[in-house]
Amino acid sequence: MVVGKSVTRVDAYDKATGRAKYTDDLCDKSALVARIKHSEIAHGFVKSVDTAAAEAIPGVVKVFTCFDVPDVPFPTAGHPWSTDPHHQDVADRLLLNRHVRYYGDDVCVVVAENEVAAAQAERAIRVEYEELPFVLDVQEAMKPDAPQIQENFPGNILGHTSVRKGDYEKAIQEPGLIKVEGWYDTPTVQHCHIENHICYAQMEAGRIIVTSSTQIPHIVRRVIGQALNIPWGKVRIVKPYIGGGFGNKQDALYEPLCAWLTYMLGGRLVKIDCSREETFVSNRVRHAIRSHIISWVRPDGTFAARKLECFSNQGAYASHGHGVNAKGMNAFPQLYPCDNVECDSYTVYTNRPAAGAMRGYGIPQAMFAGEAHIDDVCKAIGADPIDFRRSHVMPQGYVDGFSKNENYYDTFNQVMDKGLMLSDFRRKQKEYANQTGPVRRGVGMALFWYNTAVWPISLESSSCRMVLNQDGSIQMQTGETEIGQGCDTAFAQMAAEALGIPVEDVHPVSTQDTDVTPFGTGAYASRQTYIGGFAIKQTATLLKERILRYAKELTRQDVSLLDLRDGKIVRTSDGRELMTLGELATEALYSLEHSEHLTAESTYQIKNNAYSFGCSFAEVEVDIPLCKVKLLNLVNVHDCGTLINPQLAEAQVHGGMSMAIGYGLSEELKFDAKTGKPLNNNLLDYKLSTFMDHPDLTVDFVENAEPTSPYGTKALGEPPACSGAPAIRNAILNATGVAVDRAPVTPHILFDRFTEAGLL
Amino acid sequence: MAQYKLIHWNLNGKDVETMVDVRASLTDVLRNDYRMTSVKKGCEVGECGACNVIIDGECFNSCIYMAVWADGKHVRTLESLLGPNGELSDIQQAFVDEAAIQCGFCTPGFIMTAVEILESGKLYSDEELRKLLSGHLCRCTGYQNILQAVKKTMYRRLGKELPAE
Repeated sequence: MVVGKSVTRVDAYDKATGRAKYTDDLCDKSALVARIKHSEIAHGFVKSVDTAAAEAIPGVVKVFTCFDVPDVPFPTAGHPWSTDPHHQDVADRLLLNRHVRYYGDDVCVVVAENEVAAAQAERAIRVEYEELPFVLDVQEAMKPDAPQIQENFPGNILGHTSVRKGDYEKAIQEPGLIKVEGWYDTPTVQHCHIENHICYAQMEAGRIIVTSSTQIPHIVRRVIGQALNIPWGKVRIVKPYIGGGFGNKQDALYEPLCAWLTYMLGGRLVKIDCSREETFVSNRVRHAIRSHIISWVRPDGTFAARKLECFSNQGAYASHGHGVNAKGMNAFPQLYPCDNVECDSYTVYTNRPAAGAMRGYGIPQAMFAGEAHIDDVCKAIGADPIDFRRSHVMPQGYVDGFSKNENYYDTFNQVMDKGLMLSDFRRKQKEYANQTGPVRRGVGMALFWYNTAVWPISLESSSCRMVLNQDGSIQMQTGETEIGQGCDTAFAQMAAEALGIPVEDVHPVSTQDTDVTPFGTGAYASRQTYIGGFAIKQTATLLKERILRYAKELTRQDVSLLDLRDGKIVRTSDGRELMTLGELATEALYSLEHSEHLTAESTYQIKNNAYSFGCSFAEVEVDIPLCKVKLLNLVNVHDCGTLINPQLAEAQVHGGMSMAIGYGLSEELKFDAKTGKPLNNNLLDYKLSTFMDHPDLTVDFVENAEPTSPYGTKALGEPPACSGAPAIRNAILNATGVAVDRAPVTPHILFDRFTEAGLL
Repeated sequence: MAQYKLIHWNLNGKDVETMVDVRASLTDVLRNDYRMTSVKKGCEVGECGACNVIIDGECFNSCIYMAVWADGKHVRTLESLLGPNGELSDIQQAFVDEAAIQCGFCTPGFIMTAVEILESGKLYSDEELRKLLSGHLCRCTGYQNILQAVKKTMYRRLGKELPAE
């Protein structure tokens, strides 16, 4: 059994030596350098562009402006394409935009022989604008007199969906109910993968080849075809190792523009390498979502009725659009089931950078609001946060009518039991009960719920190819992408197990190349280990059948008596090893009687989904006069099904917890209210949590095998980022009695709240 | 207009002469002229630490170190750590063993700071290690396994037993 073992990452050696090749490492140094001129206003129309000075700079090859690009709006979201026009992503941007909708929009692009000329030329371009009023706040943008951002969406509302269950209005008439109401704000944050987005493009044999730091090569190919209005087969995408993605690279970013540039320049090699400042503003960000929750609670703690309104700040372009907010909203009625529920989610255009996918896809926002609110309910009725959750959280056996997801086990209680023990929660809860001094400690926790993959909203399928070598090893290709999370290694383990060969004999082809890699939609929705598992198992079964059929020819034994075990053809009736797979493979290729290259390829479409669950427990020390929070401990416990590789799973959780620490305490992309200009789009002023901001991170798992997966697995990529921030917020509440209504909980916020509470 | 200057320096144990653009960063020269792909660009303004190299025994963000300043200096990149037959150094092996590597983009910079720490021959506390390593940003690992990799190698090199958690 190699599934379940902590096998070393297949790419560890190459990454530890600096040999692993990322996009920039592969780009020929002859590449022309493209540099984008971004808008320096938050909203308006480009009246004219003066490129004369820029074009006169030695080394400048060409300047393209928003007046030069095709008038073909295209969508960018990394979703599987839908052949149903009603389910297609919103196409609302051009390669360069005359109607600029945020500070940092793309107006012109310079192509030059070197970076210095490109930078000088970009600065020399003069753009004349007709300025329009702009709006940054989501609810301001919903007002009737708000600036209109997208022509096809009057009122700025990109999406509005609802959930209705029971009769909310009638239910709240019940006498004796306690009303608990809160508004909760989450910030605009950025993914901050350490490798910025980068791509380069050239033409070969009349086709455009783009090499890109992307999570979704097959989707980017389609988007380029749409944006350039050319047949999709004319585009080839190559995805090498990438330096993190976290959802930002689950979008077509600058690949369409880069493809267009090479097309316009006779197929010459052109590179777009985003600066960190551009990555913050002109790629994608996480939606800031404002949630309004009302719970009507009976004195015994049961919910009579609940209401949620959530307002998601989309920014200037649709990208992933309403799907993010809708996912967050749908978690609300499921996590704490209640007979009478009203939910409304609105996704609204504003003049901020476009928001897209980011680790958690609406769930970190929803859990911050929802789990902060549960602690506010507990405070209002005098309940213990753990006992309350045990009584009211989604019970074992719960089935969601839409996704058909089922909570097969008593997972929530199991993860809470482990979390309580690992954090020593009960003892600390008692110890911190009656503090009075300026420095106080507190403990808090939060749960989360996460759907694996995107069925039934969207397509779920995966394809796999296995090719047998003469020595009995295989190459394995899938459309699912390694972005740092370790899927190449998990896939190798699955293939070895299903085929019956040593894991060292599985060579995953890490690079996706849409010319040769089977179709797969890529890294998102924490889907790959779950979804990829089906295609790998099916393809391994196919290859094994072919191998055993060939083995019959060589051994004269019936196929029903043969098996492949640890790289050897075994007669199952007596366990005798008849030959090695290497011997068979060599004979199969070179046989003068019957030569055959043994390969297999298949697609598996999945019409299932799976709940993934877990919790965070946080301990903080709050210095009230300084308004400063020190995170002392953070514990995450997950049920992501059976672990494929425990060591890599734990490492994955560390990373998500780290992101949650930043989300809870320090990270926020800020904008100047007067101009809409981003204020801290660099790694110095944007407070990404550092080595110093982390306590020791504690991780544990509950391994309840997911019945719908051939390997018992389900989502783990995004879940670790979902519950940390509300756990920290609830620990601050426990320490100080102050219920903070927004993330991140910075000293600025605490100063106001502590002042209001009379603590200062 | 570009101006060039010839510099004499030592790169990974070998004396070299390089004609450099006076405006070029050491990152650019290492990546473009010598194909040292371990030297990564994450911000190019000295914030993230991905381009970290050791110059005369001390760590520097090579993106804000002018290439001309390397004249007369000994520069070491991650490529220098590998043994003649491709053997990993102890600290590289520790990064592999501790699952301290995910996307791998910050890894080379971190390892070179770890080398500086280990070569000091000192025993540091966890808090001191966190501070010494805090010039590097990582978005994948939460720093947890990186700390373990550096700490375990430090104890091993000093011949001391790792204290129980």
